[in-house]
Amino acid sequence: MSTRMFGSGIKRREDPRLITGKAKYTDDIKLPGTLHMAVVRSPHAHANIKGIDTSAAEAMPGVVAVYTGEAMNLPIPTGALIPDCNLITPEHPSLAKEKVRYVGDGVAIVLAENRYQAQDAADVVKVDYEVLGAIINPEDATKDGAPQLFDDVPNNVAFRWLMGGAENQEASNKVFEAADVVVKERIVQQRLQPTTMEPRAALAQWNAATEEMTLWVTTQNPHIHRVLLSGIIGVPEHKLRIIAPEVGGGFGAKIDLYPDEALACWASLQTGRPVKWTETRSENYVAMTHGRDHVEYVELAATKDGKVTGIRSTVYAGMGAYLTTFGAGIPTILHALIYCGVYAFENAFADVIGAFTSATPVEAYRGAGRPEATFLVERLMDKMANALDMDPTELRRKNLIPKFEDGYAAPTGVTYDSGDYEPALDKVLEMAGYSDFRKEQEEARKNGKYLGIGVTTYTEICGLGPSEVNGAIGFQAGGWESSIIRMSPTGKAQVLIGVSPHGQGGATSFAQIFSDGTGIPMDDIEVVHGDTNTTPMGWGTYGSRNAAVGGAALAGAITKFKDKAKVMAAHMLEAAVEDIEYEDGQLYVKGSPDNAKAIQEIVLMSHLGWDMPAGAEPSFEVSNFYNPPNFVYPFGAHIAIVEIDAETGTVELKRYLAVDDCGHQINPMIVAGQIHGGLAQGIGQALCEGSIYDDNGQLLTGSMMDYAVPRADMFPNFELDHTVTPSPHQPLGIKGVGETGTIASTPTVYNAVMDALKPLSVESVDMPLTPYRVWEAIQNASNGGSA
Amino acid sequence: MWPKEFDYVRASSVDDAIQQTSDNTDAKILAGGHSLLPAMKLRLSEPGKLVDISRLADLKGISANGTLSIGAMSTHAEIAASADVQQYCASLATACGMVGDHQVRNFGTLGGNIAHADPASDPPTVLVAAGATIHIKRSRGERSVSAEDFFIDLFTTDLEDGEVITRIEVPNLSGHKAAYVKMPHPASRYAIVGVAVILEMDGDTCKSARVAVGGATVSAMRASGAESALSGSSLDDAALNAAASAVQSDISDALMGDVSYPESYRQAMSGVYLKRAVKAALG
Repeated sequence: MSTRMFGSGIKRREDPRLITGKAKYTDDIKLPGTLHMAVVRSPHAHANIKGIDTSAAEAMPGVVAVYTGEAMNLPIPTGALIPDCNLITPEHPSLAKEKVRYVGDGVAIVLAENRYQAQDAADVVKVDYEVLGAIINPEDATKDGAPQLFDDVPNNVAFRWLMGGAENQEASNKVFEAADVVVKERIVQQRLQPTTMEPRAALAQWNAATEEMTLWVTTQNPHIHRVLLSGIIGVPEHKLRIIAPEVGGGFGAKIDLYPDEALACWASLQTGRPVKWTETRSENYVAMTHGRDHVEYVELAATKDGKVTGIRSTVYAGMGAYLTTFGAGIPTILHALIYCGVYAFENAFADVIGAFTSATPVEAYRGAGRPEATFLVERLMDKMANALDMDPTELRRKNLIPKFEDGYAAPTGVTYDSGDYEPALDKVLEMAGYSDFRKEQEEARKNGKYLGIGVTTYTEICGLGPSEVNGAIGFQAGGWESSIIRMSPTGKAQVLIGVSPHGQGGATSFAQIFSDGTGIPMDDIEVVHGDTNTTPMGWGTYGSRNAAVGGAALAGAITKFKDKAKVMAAHMLEAAVEDIEYEDGQLYVKGSPDNAKAIQEIVLMSHLGWDMPAGAEPSFEVSNFYNPPNFVYPFGAHIAIVEIDAETGTVELKRYLAVDDCGHQINPMIVAGQIHGGLAQGIGQALCEGSIYDDNGQLLTGSMMDYAVPRADMFPNFELDHTVTPSPHQPLGIKGVGETGTIASTPTVYNAVMDALKPLSVESVDMPLTPYRVWEAIQNASNGGSA
Repeated sequence: MWPKEFDYVRASSVDDAIQQTSDNTDAKILAGGHSLLPAMKLRLSEPGKLVDISRLADLKGISANGTLSIGAMSTHAEIAASADVQQYCASLATACGMVGDHQVRNFGTLGGNIAHADPASDPPTVLVAAGATIHIKRSRGERSVSAEDFFIDLFTTDLEDGEVITRIEVPNLSGHKAAYVKMPHPASRYAIVGVAVILEMDGDTCKSARVAVGGATVSAMRASGAESALSGSSLDDAALNAAASAVQSDISDALMGDVSYPESYRQAMSGVYLKRAVKAALG
């Protein structure tokens, strides 16, 4: 009797090495003769470079070379060329030449024999700056008179994107004109600093003899790095090897090919020596991409009996100083297309203005566009419930899309795969004891205690994605995935995957899929990823695509694997292929399970090739490339219960309950871990995280002394449950789950706080809801004044 | 992460440390290193030489003989766990137990902490409230200064070049009601405001009170107005409200804020936390 591996909450095989410090990260890799690179970064947000004097640095001990932008031409490309929005893509040099555009913009590199010498010399590179005005707020950046970052980008507008074009805007206007009730809100989706446990690092090794470049680098997608880097440094792809060793978290911020990484490769080419660059946390906070940064004006329209008819927005999306790989795609495609959430709205419209600002460039951050969308929908649903004097849960229930198993065409133009939203809502309400809570809340208010509850129902779009769609929306990448199964003569399996897990537990869950599908024991399976020389082409790990797309590629490979095994088994058992059963690693003729061939024997005989079936190839290897027909749409319902200390403004998160539906779960413990991490980051946005720049464009939250990363003691035990609604098109019935926690939790907690503050007449506070901000809002409201 | 090059010596005695730092103005005393080394890694501090006193036996150990004597190189963890400290001045144990994390408390020392004088650190506030005395050695001999006079300003103390803190003396407060409470900064966990109160009770009446505030101010400081408001009262709501109001006046000239928690907020919170400290002290 075998236990199915698929669905089993086994421990992650990655964890022993991670938690005992034995894992090897990029910085742990030592090569003899390595030069150390320090990047001289701009201390100004916006300035002309009048001159750079490197002579003192060059004379420092141990310094081998100092380079400025004049020595090279290494432009960093952008990958999201969204059509029909007048997108402007100014050049992004790896080292700024005429102008710096954010604090942290690189202006020179120093190569020295050790890291200390490199830093000493970097400190004495003299740059003559003519300081220009800084602009941080994306809305203000588009106004006349704002400092202009690029000569050819009027009003700093990188693009303006109307969802569905002018025609949809007109349709939206009609819906709003016909509405009985319209609620509005200004929402600031504050800028966030993705705090990966491992900062970025790169080690480049040019081999002049073979003309091959190897780059060990902190990336979520080594194959994308190979494509981009090849074009920049001029080493052809077949001579370029990208290795992602252990990578300590990415959250979207390790998608991009960064200037620093290109510079390390270029410097290795120049010097013929390995070049290593490892950033500090201070450097990481200014020079690794940030997330979010929207100023949004949003509206929701409804009939007086609570049928919500339309949603629309004007969004100023901060791009930072340059367009990142996915930058323009996040506030547009990944954001507005999910404006309807789980609701049967008639229309959704978005007017999204991408603005350059003199701040760190903005890229995907866990959820990437969908947390912002879910927040605005869910915030407006609560406001609408207030306006209609309805229970917020009932308003949601009334507007839910009814159950569908194979496709729902949303007005945004996307087709949700499957959904059954009400059971998730019912479940979480029951877990929380919602109706009892309202009574408790009423009692507590009488005693001067401010309890609040927030309820969110959500769906999101992930598992990126159909390659045709990528083409249509200007994403300069495929959306498919790959898997190769390579069996050794002794029956051991290497599962080579194109995705590149960096904390998601893919080495465990992919082994579970494979073991479950083939009967090969877990201990005989190695999942190989993160090396372009050993793994098949793939597009990496982001957008909750690891299992949703990568897992589907493996599922297809398993089918081919079994078909191949059956051909050999039929030959060995002298039976017809269609009569062969494959069960728990045993192959036999239907009805004769006692006379079975183990898969290991079949593999061995295939390798030996002594007696192959006619036309069959020897050895035992299969490969599969899978292009998803649609995205996947996980969904769920979350509840937060908070208590506000009105004297201090402190928010205590008393309970957090989440019912998520990601279809079939490969490993429930990994799913729970993904949800826990996502919740922590989403709640972090609601309560404590947020970049703060001063008027000069200095990042004031440039260290963990000031940037409040959420910590375990902020959280109660998360109460999780799930429903199971398989994706109809994903071969394993699974949906992504890596981002749902951040997508649902920010509005859930925010709405809970606003619910708690209702008796104090506080209606809106910009995130993060720090004690000071909540306290100030209470003070202002109780003084009868506005903020 | 990458400090400038520096020399390192381990002092053979307190006198040796005094000698080595008196001769060289570029030298700094190294205690536990949990304030100095981070500053050096950020190149905010670039001493040419570190003189390590952390292992000097003369500076270690905690004893209780009428008063509590804490060797300057006692770690926060040792102080937090000390039965003598618990008995004589439990709120100092509380404050030391709030410093940083396990690693910081196992390395960081009370002497190093007060010499650094981070205004948002916890132990100084308790030392000021407790009426502690800082004992200092120098080439000309020894001197002592009250904690209240020791902390002067942001990262500024009464300590001069060539001087080494040898021990911290705390009166026996075992008969008092005392507490230290703080609002931790969500990022750093340093005090946005920290309040220490030490109450001498006579039945239900507060005979005398000592109050100190840190975190909200440029240094740990006494709050004499709050002390007056509490002294002689029965610590009822009216007295607490008066003290809460007084403490905000007491600190109004010394306020310190940051980008997330401005001075006005910290000032208001000093009143809230004063009341909470009194309630905590009374248990």
